[in-house]
Amino acid sequence: MVIPAAASGRIEVKAVSRTFINHEGDRIHALDKVDLTVESGEFLSLLGPSGCGKSTLLRLVAGLDTAYEGSIAVDGVPVTKPGAERGLVFQDPNLFPWLSVRRNIQLGLEARQVLKEKKDEVDDYIQLVGLKGFEKTFPHQLSGGMAQRAAIARALINHPKVLLLDEPLGALDAFTRMAMQDEILRIWTERRTTAVLVTHDIDEAIYMSDRIVILSPRPGRIQKVLTIDLPRPRRRNDPEFLKIRSGILETLHFAEEEPILAYNL
Amino acid sequence: MSVSPRFKVHPFFWGPPVALLLDQVLHFFPEDNLQPAPETGVYSFLLWVLFGAYALFLTASVFHQRIRTKLHHYTPLLTAFFLFFGLWDTVTLKYALIPLPYFPGPDRVLSVFVNDGDIFGLGIYHSLVLLFTGYAVGGVLGLITGISIGWSRRLSYWINPVFKFVGPIPATAWIPIAMITFPTSFSAGVFLIALSVWFPVTFMTSSGIAGVKNSYFEVARTLGADNRFLIFKVAVPAAFPLIFIGLFMGLGLSFLTLIAAETLGVKGGLGYLILWAQGWGEYYKVYAVLITIAVLFSSLILILFKIKDRILIWQKGLIKW
Repeated sequence: MVIPAAASGRIEVKAVSRTFINHEGDRIHALDKVDLTVESGEFLSLLGPSGCGKSTLLRLVAGLDTAYEGSIAVDGVPVTKPGAERGLVFQDPNLFPWLSVRRNIQLGLEARQVLKEKKDEVDDYIQLVGLKGFEKTFPHQLSGGMAQRAAIARALINHPKVLLLDEPLGALDAFTRMAMQDEILRIWTERRTTAVLVTHDIDEAIYMSDRIVILSPRPGRIQKVLTIDLPRPRRRNDPEFLKIRSGILETLHFAEEEPILAYNL
Repeated sequence: MSVSPRFKVHPFFWGPPVALLLDQVLHFFPEDNLQPAPETGVYSFLLWVLFGAYALFLTASVFHQRIRTKLHHYTPLLTAFFLFFGLWDTVTLKYALIPLPYFPGPDRVLSVFVNDGDIFGLGIYHSLVLLFTGYAVGGVLGLITGISIGWSRRLSYWINPVFKFVGPIPATAWIPIAMITFPTSFSAGVFLIALSVWFPVTFMTSSGIAGVKNSYFEVARTLGADNRFLIFKVAVPAAFPLIFIGLFMGLGLSFLTLIAAETLGVKGGLGYLILWAQGWGEYYKVYAVLITIAVLFSSLILILFKIKDRILIWQKGLIKW
């Protein structure tokens, strides 16, 4: 486990609850008194079936949703709104179709009005995500994987202390997905940011994380926290890997003889 | 000089020049012109110019692939267009099948551009100044109200009812009031044109901005964007395809309002020329103004679409002009 000494990017979630009211007027407990601390430099995955509140939790940390009870702080500073120190990569790349790849990637610098001073960095990030030669391309001409790489570069350019990944690889095919997992790990190792990954892919969670937090739905609660101390780079067919995998499947009740169909998959 | 071996003339390549020659013959023979009109030679001259231009393009098409494709494409259309001249000449000047002064021959109409060029130049200038001023004022105000309504719920609460009530009134209905309220007929014209542009631009801008994907705003906010950035760097560019439709509709309405204003009060410009010519029974001048308006206004629409293509390069070719 690689945790750098510098204490930055530490996320503290204390007794956080988030309740939605659906159109029939019922209260839905998306998150119920969740306590979680993500250490600085840690790669943590939030794993669970749909409706367990994992994306909700990520949006709360990002500051996009502020209607919650409890407290969330990054490096001791309470989260009240989105900020450049918490980068977010969405499931959909959400590149701006009217901007070229370069303009999309440097968007954070433009938004913070520091583009002039940091213009040279843009090329570094284009290089980092392997999009050299595609700077002038418009998003509709990119493949899904390339678009998502551009979205990752866009989130990284602000040097966020925390990188929030909301199922960033969910829309990709299996091969692109595995290649992108390696790419994200490489970037994470280089940049040493704290990373929180929301996923419903068990293999992805084991392959990438220092710790996996398994959430259960309705109400969304932490069911189990697993520390994965397999050496990196990990092998997907390692017996240890497979053992952890079946453990998680059991926790999620998918390894039982009669699968529970209550999950809203 | 080497001729490309793949060069093939359009099987109908002789169509346009033959049509033009036919027009010439028709114009001068038979000599018994039934419409009493002085021959000015302008029409005949124009036919020769077109003849020469076609010969030039035909020669150029031997060497340039792009010109060749274009010429191939337009050969049948040009032929039909040139034959129409002959038909026009026949039913008017030759046999007076449709009567003067309402239906003059092509020579009479075209002579206006030579004899009354200065008056037309002045009319075009006056119309364009009025049009641009009104369009610019209406467009800018439309963007401001459109962004306000689309972005802010509070501003929308106050502006939207006024917009919905006043907007549908055709700008031309304001002419009597505008003419007495404004100090000059020019400023009244600016007001009317601005009003006609303001409505569609406001409507399309506000609906465009209200329809921008929320995730674009979320992306920008997580990157550290402030409200100003969200409006001008996210909402407005994302809404631009719809804003452009508003600008296009506004341009069409501004033409309508311009001519209406110039025929109903503003003393000058192309609309006023129509009114003036009609008053003297000089219908050939009315046709000349119509041709001028057609050329002028389609050019303006073309310019607007060229600007759109520059800005919307990322989604070129959605609506073509």
